Amino acid sequence: MLDASEGYTTEDGRKIGGVVMEMKNITLRFGGVVAIQDISFDIREGEIRAIIGPNGAGKSSMLNVISGFYNPQEGEVFYKGEKRPPMKPYQVARQGIARTFQNIALFEGMSVLDNVMTGRIRQMKAGLLAQALWKGRAEREEVENREVVEKVIDFLEIQHIRKTPVGRLPYGLKKRVELARALAAEPSILLLDEPMAGMNVEEKEDMSRFILDVNDEFGTTIALIEHDMGVVMDLSDRVVVMDYGKKIGDGTPDEVRGNQDVIDAYLGVAHD
Amino acid sequence: MAKHPEPVEGLASIPALLQRNATQYANRPAYREKEFGIWQCWTWAEAEREIEALALGLIDMGVAEGDFVAVVGRNRPYFYWAIVAVQSIGAVPVTLYHDASADEMAFVMEHCGARLAIVEDQEQVDKVIEVQDGLSKFEQMIYIDPRGLRKYDHGKLHAYSDIQEKGRARRADLLDELEARRGKLDYDSICVMLYTSGTTGKPKGVVLSNRNIIEASKSSSEFDNLRPKEEVLAYLPMAWVGDFIFSIGQAYWCGFCVNCPESADTMQVDLREIGPTYYFAPPRVFETQLTSVMIRMEDAGRTKKWLFDHFMAHARKVGGDILDGKPVGAWDRLKYGLGNLLVYGPLKNTLGLSRVRVGYTAGEAIGPEIFSFYRSLGINLKQLYGQTEASVFITLQPDGEVRADTVGVPAPGVEIRIAEDGEVFYRSPGVFECYYKNEESTKSTKDPEGWVATGDAGFFDDETGQLRIIDRAKDVGKMANGALFAPKYVENKLKFFPNILEAVVFGNEREECTAFINIDLTAVGNWAERNNIGYASYQELAGHPRVLDTIREHVEEVNRSLADDPMLGHCQVHRFLVLHKELDADDGEMTRTRKVRRGVISEKFDDLLGALYDGSDEIFTKTEVTYEDGRKGSISATLKIVEAAVKPVEDARQVAAE
Repeated sequence: MLDASEGYTTEDGRKIGGVVMEMKNITLRFGGVVAIQDISFDIREGEIRAIIGPNGAGKSSMLNVISGFYNPQEGEVFYKGEKRPPMKPYQVARQGIARTFQNIALFEGMSVLDNVMTGRIRQMKAGLLAQALWKGRAEREEVENREVVEKVIDFLEIQHIRKTPVGRLPYGLKKRVELARALAAEPSILLLDEPMAGMNVEEKEDMSRFILDVNDEFGTTIALIEHDMGVVMDLSDRVVVMDYGKKIGDGTPDEVRGNQDVIDAYLGVAHD
Repeated sequence: MAKHPEPVEGLASIPALLQRNATQYANRPAYREKEFGIWQCWTWAEAEREIEALALGLIDMGVAEGDFVAVVGRNRPYFYWAIVAVQSIGAVPVTLYHDASADEMAFVMEHCGARLAIVEDQEQVDKVIEVQDGLSKFEQMIYIDPRGLRKYDHGKLHAYSDIQEKGRARRADLLDELEARRGKLDYDSICVMLYTSGTTGKPKGVVLSNRNIIEASKSSSEFDNLRPKEEVLAYLPMAWVGDFIFSIGQAYWCGFCVNCPESADTMQVDLREIGPTYYFAPPRVFETQLTSVMIRMEDAGRTKKWLFDHFMAHARKVGGDILDGKPVGAWDRLKYGLGNLLVYGPLKNTLGLSRVRVGYTAGEAIGPEIFSFYRSLGINLKQLYGQTEASVFITLQPDGEVRADTVGVPAPGVEIRIAEDGEVFYRSPGVFECYYKNEESTKSTKDPEGWVATGDAGFFDDETGQLRIIDRAKDVGKMANGALFAPKYVENKLKFFPNILEAVVFGNEREECTAFINIDLTAVGNWAERNNIGYASYQELAGHPRVLDTIREHVEEVNRSLADDPMLGHCQVHRFLVLHKELDADDGEMTRTRKVRRGVISEKFDDLLGALYDGSDEIFTKTEVTYEDGRKGSISATLKIVEAAVKPVEDARQVAAE
């Protein structure tokens, strides 16, 4: 096993740093239902980390624990070496963790540009009065934030829909707009909840390309949940496999692919 | 021999024109590009500094005089600068279609022996890397967008900005060399080499000299009185001669501003924001625009629809005459003015054509209704006829003498002669030097006296004195009964219907004519939506019985109008089928400029062609398709053969035989 503080270089020349986030013995219960049972894993700086598993395995719950939406009954979350106390999602967001949602949570009536601008909320500090008068700091901040947002729009190639209301966009583009909003926050960790769900082959390829480019260009650490095994194996550096709330595998795509428990979970196992 | 005009005031090359503009128009805008949502602007003086930095950097890299440099990308200022920088150091720019496949690029780059390629992004870099082992002279590559390229081996790969930086750093040592090389350029030096897309066979490299480009730009600019204040939107492929003339030749000659859209998808918005005064678009663009206007009007409220219909009817009646300066009654003028306020003005604004002073279309025939729609709005849309080999201009329509079915009078300095078989020949200062490394083709196209065969059949219209083009001379054939067969003429008539995107007509040396048809997904899809017709794919919609009925009505209408033409009555379409896939350049069925490749199509779909003639009702077929990323797949379908009614023609054979 690698030392937590040291990094390594991947085959394609990307530098992966030390552990940035660590989950220790997490258990999450909803009443009597155990969604996550005693799971531990870590996320390294600059890597693409996938969480996979069959339906109902607890993947989304895990992502919600990372994003602070759920507080686990047991276990600890370490972020940048420090233990994280129970937090509200907005506090987690302030720490530099941004996310997208499985079933898209955008403001349907607002334009793409405005939606992406909301990703900059953390960086907007001018008060209500200054915003209303549109003088000094408020104006300066808007210009700075717009510049970051325009770079993201350029990066994700959504210039042509900049002024289009999100509600009029097809599904694949909405997914991309959601990614744009998360990116606009300039996060250090990006959480993607099923970024390819419901996409056709071409849209999946585009999205994979964007995920790799984001990781490569900005060095963003990415944790993603995905159903499509092919995509996961191509994209990620390391994979956690969950089944019925338990961790059944953890390692590089090749290691995971050869793991008997994982094969059983995915292909089913004969009960005799 | 044709006269050899000499340069005016020593302006013998594009770099020389750049020097003039950088002094004379120093602070006027030369280039704009929308980036990060804002129009970025460069003045002529700034553009000159950018170009100089790149030119110096290229000398520093060791690019020699006479080297060929491939330029591959979308319309961006950086590429226009690259072209002029390459010219400045005595090398020859070769522009390639950015959507060309790796193999197509390999052919061109190996044929011209390019040592250097200046490309846009990772996509283009990947294509060149894929084929570079087969390129004997190729050495280095420069890219503009660094995204995704960090991990690539940078031994032979350089960033555009780095090369410019090196050029700036070594300005003191290399400036003399640059000035010496620039000084050597004259009217006879090669300005650019453009590969023609070629509806048959491999592309040919057309060598155009500074004389060709500058003379053609100069005389055409004078013809339309183009001034430094013009604004153009550069959005057509840079590998196409038209873009070279409009965005470099005329832009440098007149000193006007070239605006580059943010991306291909934002073209319509950018067009609206810029509001060009001088605008060129192929008929297809006008058709698409009109189709989308009509679709949106179908969905509009009742009042709006009524206003639109009412005033458009009035515009059709008098709009064209007002534009041509013909006498029109005071009441009609007043009503037109009101229409302008309520309908035409806002519509032109939406289309981005409010400020168009001179507009051209060419490349294919334009539907008379589409053409007069734009003219009736008060947009001075005209036609021209041109070729790469002529540095575009062969004929142009003068203001006030515009018609849908002609292509104009000879451009200034152009002589035209019609051969006995109807083929059009021309001679002008714009006539190309030669096809690169292809003496045989040069000889068969250009005779020793400088006359060039266009390959098109046409005649001068008695009434207007303007040229009319019927068809490609080699496509014009004879039917089994000896009657004239002009497929493109019929195809164009079919394509004038918004529902029909493409048509391919067969009938050479056969008893009857038949056709393959592609429906227009936008128009037919909208119709389906309004009529509650569900469909899951192009293929399903194309095979829908009601769609087939509509298309049959269109074909029969074309047949009726053909029957009235004594020369072409026998070209009526007896049977047709609607293809299960759209004809596509990636599958080799069309050229990159979207002209149908008849030969390829009839070979590829020979089973379908057979079915059109053996009397079957339907046919099962399987076709291989190439996806954008180069992978292959196949689609299969059962296609219905549809019979169309024809009108009997009695005297056609005698007329044709005479």
